Amino acid sequence: MDILKVRDAADVEQAVRAALASEQPLEILGHGSKRQIGLPTATNAVLDLSALNAVTCYEPNELILTVGAGAPLADVLSLIDSKNQHFAFEPMNPAVLLGSGSDAGTVGGMLGAGLAGPRRIKDGGARDHLLGAHAVSGFGDSFKTGGRVVKNVTGYDLCKLLAGSWGTLAVMTEVTLKVMPRPECQHTLVLRGLDDVAAVRAMTTALGSPYDLSGAAHLPASALRAPEGALADIGAAQTALTLLRLEGITASVDHRAASLTRALAAFGVAETVTDDLSAGLWQSVRDVTPFAATGGLGAWPVWRIVCPPASGGVFGQQLARDTGGDVIYDWGGGLIWAALPQAPDAHAALVRQSVEAVGGHATLIRGTEAVRRSIDVFHPHQSGVAALARRVKHSFDPKNILNRGRMMREAAI
Amino acid sequence: MTIMMPAADEAVLHRRDSIVAALRQIVPGEGVIDSAAEMLPYESDGFTAYRQPPMVVVLPDTTEQVSQVLRYCHDNGIKVVPRGSGTSLSGGAMPLADAVLLGLGKFKRIREIDFDNRAVVTEPGVTNLAISQAVAHAGFYYAPDPSSQIACSIGGNIAENSGGVHCLKYGMTTNNVLGCEIVLITGEILRIGGKTAECAGYDLMGIITGSEGLLGVITEVTVRILQKPETVRALMIGFAEVEAAGECVAKVIGAGIIPAGMEMMDKPAIHAAEAFVHAGYPLDVEALLIVELDGPSVEVDELIKRVETIALGCGSTTCQISTSEQERMLFWAGRKAAFPAVGRISPDYLCMDGTIPRGQLPLVLRRMQEMSKKHNLRVANVFHAGDGNLHPLILYDANQPGEIERAEAFGADILKLCVEVGGVLTGEHGVGIEKRDLMPEMFSDIDLAQQQRLKCAFDTQGLLNPGKVFPTLHRCAELGRVHVHGGKLAFPELPRF
Repeated sequence: MDILKVRDAADVEQAVRAALASEQPLEILGHGSKRQIGLPTATNAVLDLSALNAVTCYEPNELILTVGAGAPLADVLSLIDSKNQHFAFEPMNPAVLLGSGSDAGTVGGMLGAGLAGPRRIKDGGARDHLLGAHAVSGFGDSFKTGGRVVKNVTGYDLCKLLAGSWGTLAVMTEVTLKVMPRPECQHTLVLRGLDDVAAVRAMTTALGSPYDLSGAAHLPASALRAPEGALADIGAAQTALTLLRLEGITASVDHRAASLTRALAAFGVAETVTDDLSAGLWQSVRDVTPFAATGGLGAWPVWRIVCPPASGGVFGQQLARDTGGDVIYDWGGGLIWAALPQAPDAHAALVRQSVEAVGGHATLIRGTEAVRRSIDVFHPHQSGVAALARRVKHSFDPKNILNRGRMMREAAI
Repeated sequence: MTIMMPAADEAVLHRRDSIVAALRQIVPGEGVIDSAAEMLPYESDGFTAYRQPPMVVVLPDTTEQVSQVLRYCHDNGIKVVPRGSGTSLSGGAMPLADAVLLGLGKFKRIREIDFDNRAVVTEPGVTNLAISQAVAHAGFYYAPDPSSQIACSIGGNIAENSGGVHCLKYGMTTNNVLGCEIVLITGEILRIGGKTAECAGYDLMGIITGSEGLLGVITEVTVRILQKPETVRALMIGFAEVEAAGECVAKVIGAGIIPAGMEMMDKPAIHAAEAFVHAGYPLDVEALLIVELDGPSVEVDELIKRVETIALGCGSTTCQISTSEQERMLFWAGRKAAFPAVGRISPDYLCMDGTIPRGQLPLVLRRMQEMSKKHNLRVANVFHAGDGNLHPLILYDANQPGEIERAEAFGADILKLCVEVGGVLTGEHGVGIEKRDLMPEMFSDIDLAQQQRLKCAFDTQGLLNPGKVFPTLHRCAELGRVHVHGGKLAFPELPRF
């Protein structure tokens, strides 16, 4: 297999044009940390973007950062952390779930996957933080979209499409992201022993309050997995935990924690966890460590299910019962991670049918190659939307050169 | 008057009677308007410098009718201009002589309020403010608040990706919309997203938002709603130098404070506003900042102290802090009335809408003064300082020969300057027809071609809102052609591993 290590956008153009000429697909790769997600791609050439790793511009006072798409996420996070800033959408590091080592991947991979963490309920997803991009389309042309300012409605917002497109529309070469000040302080309120339905009701109450939560997650008690790290520290083995995060300046967090505790009195007495322990809990939720590849459920397929938040409890509880699987809830019930016992289709038919009934959708994030070959990894659309999505793909990549078949089967293009 | 629209298709104009009759078959009764007098209110939107009566106005009241109208137009090669409340400031809803104007004004019902999922499902003709009013009894509101919110429709907000003074903290329309029902030009009805945080697959909701009516017609919207903050207070800070005000804005953000809103006015704007509403604005300052903080009172009190300290450090000459809701509203009264206030000191004005990096503010204001001399026209500035969104108001008199052309040239110079310093042509008003011909200042032919290819994925014949956004129209077949460069040489000159 050819691995083409590009040095700049011009190299990317050249590689895509050569691929067009020979009608050979290209796999678009940063560090490959999320390579196990999606339909297995058929390719004999890899476009390696890891050398596009320059920090072009970081202006903390303007709250913007421009970097090469191949910049290592870990380095970029530590750079902005040095100015007390962060990516507010709290990008997930899927390495724990996938068992793909410790590498958090690249900025381009983070955007292409668009997997936002717990703070999405407050501050939005990757798509809300990508301000501008330079990219090479499947026509082999370098184009730019967006800009370097937050408030911008000049032309179509192609950044929204690029985020979460898994490299199937264009090869991002340089991106501008919004960075945000890191909150001064965080507290997590912990409620113990709620069943899934009551927990989602508690989270709904909390999210419908003026107390401005930045995280709302629920981990049911489970005999299937042993908690580690921060979760073990607060005793996640014994009881179900409902976690509610408040962030901001200290006086405000104290005030809101007290008010929220009162507002949730009907659900039990909330304990307060602070600082590093609180941060550790949310990292576990973000990276779904209870379903770690090295843990007790490491061999099970894992679904990422997005649904209307208030329906999450009933849905998740039923799915766990029907399959004998295990679920955890984020986004106040609007995101459900489900580890289900092994099955030839990873229970895709059941998952899809039941999630569509509540108006949601499901993506298989962890699955063996055999499973990923046999099912739709990404949620299949209704026919009209599916046709539109194919036309959108075609408008960027008419010969289906870029990450061919990763989101949609080749026959469907 | 320098903006040219595509030439009307005479063949379509000749068919007008049969087109009107066909539309009446779909939308009976008063839903089809074809008399010149009755079409008069539709001949422009909020960008009033340009006017054009439509061929015919159709006002459907069901999604099925919208679908049938679009399918008819598609099958018969007739252009369509969608319109919400007609408050666009960039001419996005300006009619074309040979196009059907499709008004969504009858879609006025809020379909569902779902407090548990913090979502409202509404028809597109409902006003922005009406959504907030419908959920206010439970303490909720819809965050984006364009200044036309009393009149502008939520469908139009989606089309334009509208902003407002509070988008610094709460985001623009795109950050607050969850889903929609959209009718394509073929008449096909699609549902995108829903009450979920994300839609499946490509973010089609994200690309529809801000597409200025070129991709489809929205017939239902799902937005997310938020709980109102417990307390809202504002500071009104005066500076003897524009630079000092700019520095204060940068330092507030640099200190990690994201205010709910941070607005700036320059001296001409301050004077015009004060003369109009008597808000108590200081008249001896060069720049006035209004900084609004919201949240629990302990947080607001603390952040007000921090902002006050930063302002003093930047050499503020006056600083008032609101102690009551009445006083806060008074601070805002002048800012919110800035456009009509300027309307009192000049027969006409052009409202511009560029965004710049915050740090470039002093430079841009200085250069704008030079341009004001060059074009011999006055300019007043109001400015969403927190996110760098400028609204220069260029004062002119349309009755003086040549003044509108000078005002347009001045406006174009300002927007070119915005791009030159790293900003963009439009922050919240949209490209429409107003900034269409300036698009090449920001985008290359290749950039624009990619955007137009996306348009082709939705509308292959280019029938929806043509003549808007893109300076040059291309055929989809031409845009879709793949040029194979260099023939057979596979991956030349690249390092291999």
